[in-house]
Amino acid sequence: MSAPVRDRGPRASTAPLAWARRHLFRNARDTAITVVTGLALAFLVFRTVRFLLFSGRWEIVRVNLRLYLYGRYPDDELWRLAVTVVVIAATGGLIAGIVARRTRAAAVKAGAHVPHPALSVRLGELVQRLWPLLVLVVLVLALTRTITPTLVTVATIGAAAVGRLVGGALPTRATFLGFALPAVLPFVLLPFLTSAQGWDDWGGLMLTLLLASVSMIACFPLGLLLALGRRSGLPAVRFIGVGVIEFFRGVPLVVLVLMSDVALGFFFPQSLLPGKVTRVIIAFTIFTAAYVAEIVRGGLQSVPRGQTEAAQALGLSPFRVTGWIVLPQALRNVIPALVGQFISLFKDTTLVFVIGFLDVLSVADAVTKQSQFDLSNFAEATAFAALLFWVGSYTLSRESQRLEKRLGVGTR
Amino acid sequence: MLRGVFQAAVVAVVVAFGLWLWNNLQTNAETTNIPLSFDYLDQPADLTVPGNSFNQSQSVRDAIEVGFGNTIRVALAGIVLATMVGTLIGIARLSTNWLLSNLARAYVEIFRNVPLLILVVFSYSAVFLQLPRLEETDTYGGVFIPSIRGVGIVWFTTDGRGWAILAVIVVAVAAMWGAHRWRAAVQDRTGDPARGARYAIAALVVTFGAGLAVLGFPLGFTTPELQGRRIVGGITMLPEYAALLFALVVYTASHIAEIVRGSIQAVPKGQTEAASALALSGSQRMRLIILPQAMRIAVPALGNQYLNLTKNSSLAVAISYFELTKITQVSIANRAPAVPSYTLLLFLYLFLSLALSVLVNLANRRLRLVER
Repeated sequence: MSAPVRDRGPRASTAPLAWARRHLFRNARDTAITVVTGLALAFLVFRTVRFLLFSGRWEIVRVNLRLYLYGRYPDDELWRLAVTVVVIAATGGLIAGIVARRTRAAAVKAGAHVPHPALSVRLGELVQRLWPLLVLVVLVLALTRTITPTLVTVATIGAAAVGRLVGGALPTRATFLGFALPAVLPFVLLPFLTSAQGWDDWGGLMLTLLLASVSMIACFPLGLLLALGRRSGLPAVRFIGVGVIEFFRGVPLVVLVLMSDVALGFFFPQSLLPGKVTRVIIAFTIFTAAYVAEIVRGGLQSVPRGQTEAAQALGLSPFRVTGWIVLPQALRNVIPALVGQFISLFKDTTLVFVIGFLDVLSVADAVTKQSQFDLSNFAEATAFAALLFWVGSYTLSRESQRLEKRLGVGTR
Repeated sequence: MLRGVFQAAVVAVVVAFGLWLWNNLQTNAETTNIPLSFDYLDQPADLTVPGNSFNQSQSVRDAIEVGFGNTIRVALAGIVLATMVGTLIGIARLSTNWLLSNLARAYVEIFRNVPLLILVVFSYSAVFLQLPRLEETDTYGGVFIPSIRGVGIVWFTTDGRGWAILAVIVVAVAAMWGAHRWRAAVQDRTGDPARGARYAIAALVVTFGAGLAVLGFPLGFTTPELQGRRIVGGITMLPEYAALLFALVVYTASHIAEIVRGSIQAVPKGQTEAASALALSGSQRMRLIILPQAMRIAVPALGNQYLNLTKNSSLAVAISYFELTKITQVSIANRAPAVPSYTLLLFLYLFLSLALSVLVNLANRRLRLVER
């Protein structure tokens, strides 16, 4: 790509000047690239800063912050949201604690030296990992005018910390909590939230998260079945698996979302007709299941044939070979890819915009039609919506990369 | 025996479920009096398509045909542009220049993590609908006219002989390929330097020029001009089309850039070192050794992105660009029955997806490493 590097003395030099010479002004061509890119960058930074600080009228976001976050959830019932957020944070902390303790115990057992970093170092790492989320939270809190959101945020962080400490101190017997809590929690929290307002009336980020998480949980069993079907030795089962997977991978999700609005109802008896949010969740679930099936299939193929053969040699039945030997290894390998699929589902929930749900994007669109704002405010309104998605998606994808390294996918 | 029973049970469950759905569909169609047949295709569509001569009395079938054409138009342009932008950014990402590679990284990280629909809506309402009105716009020397009514750019004219020119292009490309093959064969036989690229370009230019001369030079350019309240000449992209294309390209390019980067990095380092040992220059290393191998790795993933882009063109419903999905949606609003309409739409997209994946598989087969 570039001319051979001439020896410019010791390479380890980190002095700024030496660094700049090596990375920015290696030769004439490099210098030209730096100058041109630098000018473009300066222009972009100038425009962005001007938009953020001067020309942007962010009043539209501040006034409508509630709509963005939780739609039209009744004011008297907001404590339910606060409780939910705190409980989820505590559970997340607990799981993180259990995982950390188990990893640590395994490492100690293997005879590895496990360092004990100081609390400040660990907090620093955490900030480095989650900085976009922290910036967003600070930004949102800066836009609020009452003390309550800040208190809830503090309580959430506190709950996560307590959960982490408790999880790290739990005896090994309690590991099952790490699976049991997340499995049970949705069935407690959803009725708790919907008892104040049915989910057909939900909106904002809350609706987005609901659609993404319910669809993801629901699509997993279906995707698993489809993947096993596609890998099955029975021709008829394989044929059905291939057919369903390829059909739904070949069509656009928007069409399925549109169908959930006006066509899906025709396939149900009138007495069983699901609500509009349920219908769109069905669309997201089937679509994502087809992709999850392909991911799981990749995982199944990554398990060496010897594993199956050894299990068969031990006399296990076909169901046990799959359930005890192949699937656990296959699923471990595909966790990062599944997180990736969840990220795209999270982003794809914006599609409910085309059927008039009040999700984050629709809020951004709707607020420009309020009497005191107009279309010239559209950039600010959508930029905030985009920021919400960007922070979620970027944080998740970085965490998934970290997970990939820790699970050692692709390495032995 | 057990396998047979299990298989039969699975099939029975699936068939029963299918029958249940079909039965519900029939019942509901009867009670709501909405037909399940495809007769509506011959009825008048009762819609107008911006930027198209389609008139209201034409049938739904014709409207869908127009929509199909519009889908292809945006998907093809999107695929070409996204590949170009994405490849450039992917290579920039690997540059030794710190500023350039980090700028490319920022591009990828920003646009990969934002929902495409937000980009589409943003580029429509916050970019293309904020362009100046026709009376206030600049013409940039007649090359490029941005306006809220559409974006005019220079285009070429074919003097009504587009097909003949296309044939000339095909012949010229074939000549280019032939020249390249011929030089490679000469090199294999004699060991003389092939200089394939020079011969190939010469063959292309000569054949193309000769072909145009035979046709009497029908190829020309037309620049967009402002005439009163409209743009004439050149080609005018409607804001809807431009916005959709822009968003699709920006989004897909960020994915393609990652594929390009990953594929280049996946070429074993020994290849670069061996090429350096043979005293190949930097650009020769890239062009002759790295890129051909990286292409082989990238093709399946690129094909996937092309498929995604084609399917994502359906996001046009949000900004009313009249491609397949929008036309179907509007015709349903105009009393076309929903279930048959959407079923047809699903199968049209399935057809597009299959056609594209056949092409990708062909490319893949040609590039695949033939192992002994």
